[in-house]
Amino acid sequence: MAEAHLGSDTMVQPAAHAEGQQHPIRLYLIVWFWLFVLSACSYLVDLLQFQGYLRWGLILMLMLGKAGLIIAVFMHMAWERWALIYAILVPPVLVLIFVVIMAFEADYTFFTRAEFFGAGG
Amino acid sequence: MSDPAVTHSPPAEPQLPGLEGFVSDWSSDRTAFKTASWGKAMIWIFLLSDTFIFSCFLLSYMTVRMSTEAAWPNPSEVFALEIFGVHIPLILIAIMTFVLISSSGTMAMAVNYGYRRDRKKTAILMLVTAAFGATFVGMQAFEWTKLISEGVRPWENPWGAPQFGSVFFMITGFHGTHVTIGVIFLLIIARKVWRGDFDTEKKGFFTSRKGRYEIVEITGLYWHFVDLVWVFIFALFYLW
Repeated sequence: MAEAHLGSDTMVQPAAHAEGQQHPIRLYLIVWFWLFVLSACSYLVDLLQFQGYLRWGLILMLMLGKAGLIIAVFMHMAWERWALIYAILVPPVLVLIFVVIMAFEADYTFFTRAEFFGAGG
Repeated sequence: MSDPAVTHSPPAEPQLPGLEGFVSDWSSDRTAFKTASWGKAMIWIFLLSDTFIFSCFLLSYMTVRMSTEAAWPNPSEVFALEIFGVHIPLILIAIMTFVLISSSGTMAMAVNYGYRRDRKKTAILMLVTAAFGATFVGMQAFEWTKLISEGVRPWENPWGAPQFGSVFFMITGFHGTHVTIGVIFLLIIARKVWRGDFDTEKKGFFTSRKGRYEIVEITGLYWHFVDLVWVFIFALFYLW
């Protein structure tokens, strides 16, 4: 342990011997615990039969919380440099634009089905 | 002494804060990812492309669900189980979620012990992760069997919108395939760790390069990604 700390922080070493990502196990256990709590909460959303915006808001918030914990701590994104963080996390944001486009398209399809095929289908 | 390719850059200088650091790393005319090795950069880029694949699946799911006039089957009831005579909604999916999260926890610890060069603990934790993964796939097989026997097909089901079946088989099938590949990957790497390949710097049979404990973290990145995808499927398909 002591050696590892010296190696990663203070001494200039050949890159081949610098060992990446040393964090206390405790950190992982805490994140694990929170992932369990958040999952239990999202299951409760279903068990307690929340409906409408409350349900959707809770589902999305719990989902993003879990995703954030996994990416930041388990995947060590929090300790990467901005060059990698932006390269990986910015492109998926563009998917949101795709979501908006397809929502319009689906609305239109629904409208034409209702208009021309009547009920059912 | 004859490494076929240079795989390491010189130690990186400390990064500038925020956007400035991003710009200066990307415009440095050398390596954009100063502290991530090529292996890590490549798994991240692979995961990014996989993100788009699953995004497209979830998007098509949103599109068909929004555009159908038939009622969407209620997942809470479709995935309910009778356990000892008690009717519990969505219980199987909840258990699968906890199993997969647990596997992510053991994987994160395996990566940590790998960098401490604790050969045995790393291999055991990876095997535990693989066991959780196999459990998950087993439960998914059970779920598929149950739904198929109840009459769910990609083109019809007894409860409502026919699109439900195709979306279900497509999304969970692809995710299950990813988990299965992850389990195989975990077993291969765990065997190498157990044998001490990364301590003796034994050359790999395929690349004929010396392996490093970093491969444990790369395997871990893939595994956490599979868990991450499940978080989205659980929220958007099973709970919505």
